[in-house]
Amino acid sequence: MSGMNSWIAVILYIVLAPIIGGLIAGVDRKISARMQGRFGPPLLQPFYDVFKLMSKQNIVVNKHQKFYVLCFLIFVIITGCIFFSGGDLLLAIFALTLGSVFLIIAAYSTYSPYAYIGAEREMLQMMAYEPMVILTIVGMYMVTKSFNVLDIFTYNQPLIYTLPGIFLGFLFILTIKFRKSPFDISMSHHAHQEIVRGVITEFSGKELAYVEIAHWYENVFLLGIVCLFFATNWAIAIALAAVTYLLEIFIDNNNSRLKWQSTLGSAWIVALILGVGNIAFLALR
Amino acid sequence: MSYLPKSPWLVHYDASSCNGCDIEVLACLTPLYDVERFGVLNIGNPKHADIFVVTGSVNEQNKSVIQNIYNQMAEPKVVVAIGACATSGGIFRECYNVQGGVDKVIPVDVYVPGCAARPEAIIDGVVQALGVLEEKYKNMGKVAK
Ligand code: SF4
Repeated sequence: MSGMNSWIAVILYIVLAPIIGGLIAGVDRKISARMQGRFGPPLLQPFYDVFKLMSKQNIVVNKHQKFYVLCFLIFVIITGCIFFSGGDLLLAIFALTLGSVFLIIAAYSTYSPYAYIGAEREMLQMMAYEPMVILTIVGMYMVTKSFNVLDIFTYNQPLIYTLPGIFLGFLFILTIKFRKSPFDISMSHHAHQEIVRGVITEFSGKELAYVEIAHWYENVFLLGIVCLFFATNWAIAIALAAVTYLLEIFIDNNNSRLKWQSTLGSAWIVALILGVGNIAFLALR
Repeated sequence: MSYLPKSPWLVHYDASSCNGCDIEVLACLTPLYDVERFGVLNIGNPKHADIFVVTGSVNEQNKSVIQNIYNQMAEPKVVVAIGACATSGGIFRECYNVQGGVDKVIPVDVYVPGCAARPEAIIDGVVQALGVLEEKYKNMGKVAK
């Protein structure tokens, strides 16, 4: 993308992503409630929650904690900026990983046993999904011969035709990234869990709001990657990303939480069979 | 106006309740009453909660726990005592180890009577607590200034 256009994309992302992400979270809660036979909260509930958290007293356990949480938010935003301005996909993914590392450090800095276990599980989750993320990028490179998001997006044929295995593998780890059951081991969007609220146990007020906003940005970015698989037509790509998210909500409501061993094991097996399988197929073609 | 009344998150603590009131608190979350309609979440973490819901009476064992949970909550916060036991000690009032209602250890803002308190009464109590929460938020601003 030319200089001017990419700046417009960055500004649009920074302004629109939290609005879209928050609405997605609202739809998520509403649909989940309907699946459970409940009426559910208003569509704008996630925004009310975040605005409320902003007005609460701020309790910090460790004075550095705030800095780490802020870094988490900033790096997640940078990830999306790189991606939506058509930049380097590899760089985007590494910025996201760096953001997650800051969240883990923030949890560790609180010296809370619940946050500790949450942070440990968060790291295990990262180990579970990272191989498949890298295979996804490798697969995209093998087809399009570029790590550049814009080149991948404007490739003359939707990637799903050549990367069906990688797409399914990516869907699998998307459940981990969205923090949905059965893989919501480090923190859950549903309130009750055996480690209280895992990584975010010790964050309150504004910091919790930042974590929530970071998730909205992150979800929009992840759905952006889903769109890449169906590129060439924006409308179809967005429609299929929506279908993907509905599928995740369905999975979330029909599964109970797994142990971390099963999460790690199943994610690696999926990466090995679907991811490596697809890449081997491409290489031998 | 703040967004507090639109998104009240609860932490529920079972002091020495007979479980009657606890079941009624949980009944509020079921499809029949579904308090999430009003944005209420049973969050289970004092640091994230706005409303502290206590069932059962205070005794030597749980006194420090109640105080600890209360102290960990961020301002503004309100306490709702649910059931005869939490409001006054109820039928356990005369027991050698029971000190009485929750207001013996922390300030209580709303008392919900009943043995067991009905879900309608509990929801009504939480709605009243929202008014107190808003009031406390306004005063919180004044103290800070
Ligand atoms: S008020 Fe009645 S139902 Fe509630 S905890 Fe006490 S004895 Fe049980």
